[in-house]
Amino acid sequence: MTATADPHIRDYALDGAGADRARALGLANADWYRTEVPRKVLKELIQRRDGPALRDTALWFALLVATAAGGIALWGSWWALPFWLAYGVLYGSVCDSRWHECGHGTAFKTQWMNDVVYQIASFMVVRNPVTWRWSHARHHTDTIIVGRDPEIACKRPPDLLRLVANAAGLFDMVESMRALVLNATGRLSPAEKDFIPESQWAKAIAVARIHIAIYAATIVAAVGLQSWIPVLLIGGPRLYGCWHMLMTGLIQHCGLAEDVTDHRLNSRTVYMNPVSRWIYWNMNYHVEHHMFPMVPFHALPRLHEVLKPDLPPANSSILDAYREAIPALLRQSREPDYYVRKPLPATATPYKEEVAHV
Amino acid sequence: MSDWVDVCDLDEVEPEDVIRFDHGDRTFAVYRAEDGTPFATDGLCTHEQVHLADGLVLDGEIECPKHNGRFDFRTGAALRSPACDALATYPARIRDGRIEIEI
Ligand code: FES
Repeated sequence: MTATADPHIRDYALDGAGADRARALGLANADWYRTEVPRKVLKELIQRRDGPALRDTALWFALLVATAAGGIALWGSWWALPFWLAYGVLYGSVCDSRWHECGHGTAFKTQWMNDVVYQIASFMVVRNPVTWRWSHARHHTDTIIVGRDPEIACKRPPDLLRLVANAAGLFDMVESMRALVLNATGRLSPAEKDFIPESQWAKAIAVARIHIAIYAATIVAAVGLQSWIPVLLIGGPRLYGCWHMLMTGLIQHCGLAEDVTDHRLNSRTVYMNPVSRWIYWNMNYHVEHHMFPMVPFHALPRLHEVLKPDLPPANSSILDAYREAIPALLRQSREPDYYVRKPLPATATPYKEEVAHV
Repeated sequence: MSDWVDVCDLDEVEPEDVIRFDHGDRTFAVYRAEDGTPFATDGLCTHEQVHLADGLVLDGEIECPKHNGRFDFRTGAALRSPACDALATYPARIRDGRIEIEI
């Protein structure tokens, strides 16, 4: 396939013209800008602890049990609704950030704890834990590089209907399930084959079979019991409770630059209320996370203070971030090359832009 | 023929830390374990060729700064994906208050 230098044609497939173009432009596995942080300061920030993640995980499981128990006990009355709504978010949204941090292996100091929570959260978020470990590694290597990054949520021109429908997890859930079923039948998609080393394929297939077996057992239980409760408990929350995950996830990169090697141009840091920050495990400090993925979630606010003089101003709230992202997406549907470019403070190093920034 | 090469003063690497050491056209990571013992490995991660000296040293392991892959820096074994291939290791010693590695 030939590489195209035309910035208007975007091929996001990992085995298409966009991948060739990214490689030709030196955007694949490129050298990224990183704010200079003294080793002593960084060393202190990357230190691992078990305490914060143990506390949050204990609270998470306790709340899951309590809200599920409330929903079941009050089944048949409207009073059950708030319990199910809370359970849905605790299952369908909190799982995403736990999957993410434990996948990086930074949440807990003790590695087996990261691995256990990673496996549970991967199941809850309907992601193959093998596939997504590699997919996310690629997202960090080639963040929002067209044809390289498998995790670009807002492709251009944006499919607005799809983005709105995804607020209920519709497309996302269907695609995740389709991928799991494909893996469970012993196959991997071409994109998966591109970023997962062959040595891991058998593992990806085995784990998909386990996940599918649990979903099948859930459906059998629902039919056998003639009750929606099993589905509301397992799998269902990924549809009715994922809105918070999508609300926070979409503003990570949407409306910002593609094909750059400076996370300050393609990622967004957003100040959030404490509840959302707990659900999201501080991933609102997203530029910081991409620049220094070794810094655990509990140290990101401190890293933010260190990097602040070198970063564009953070969005002041989730609403503020959407006020920026939505008009940008609307404009991108007419002008796919448009992106939000934020001014840097006087103290910052200029943006790195030796490569294409469209 | 292997040679012992002078790296740096012992106190230039803190216990439980790592530095980058370039020699000729090669790059190494030189570590000190918690008890102060020196170790040396290839300087670049076997996953995507990132300098390990920017990583975290913890309990005999080095965590890569890019994707958090892990290696045992005493044996070179890859411990955590996406690091799958082992790192080459090199003998290291302390002589007259300086760290040397054999390459
Ligand atoms: S570059 Fe080291 S783990 Fe990926």
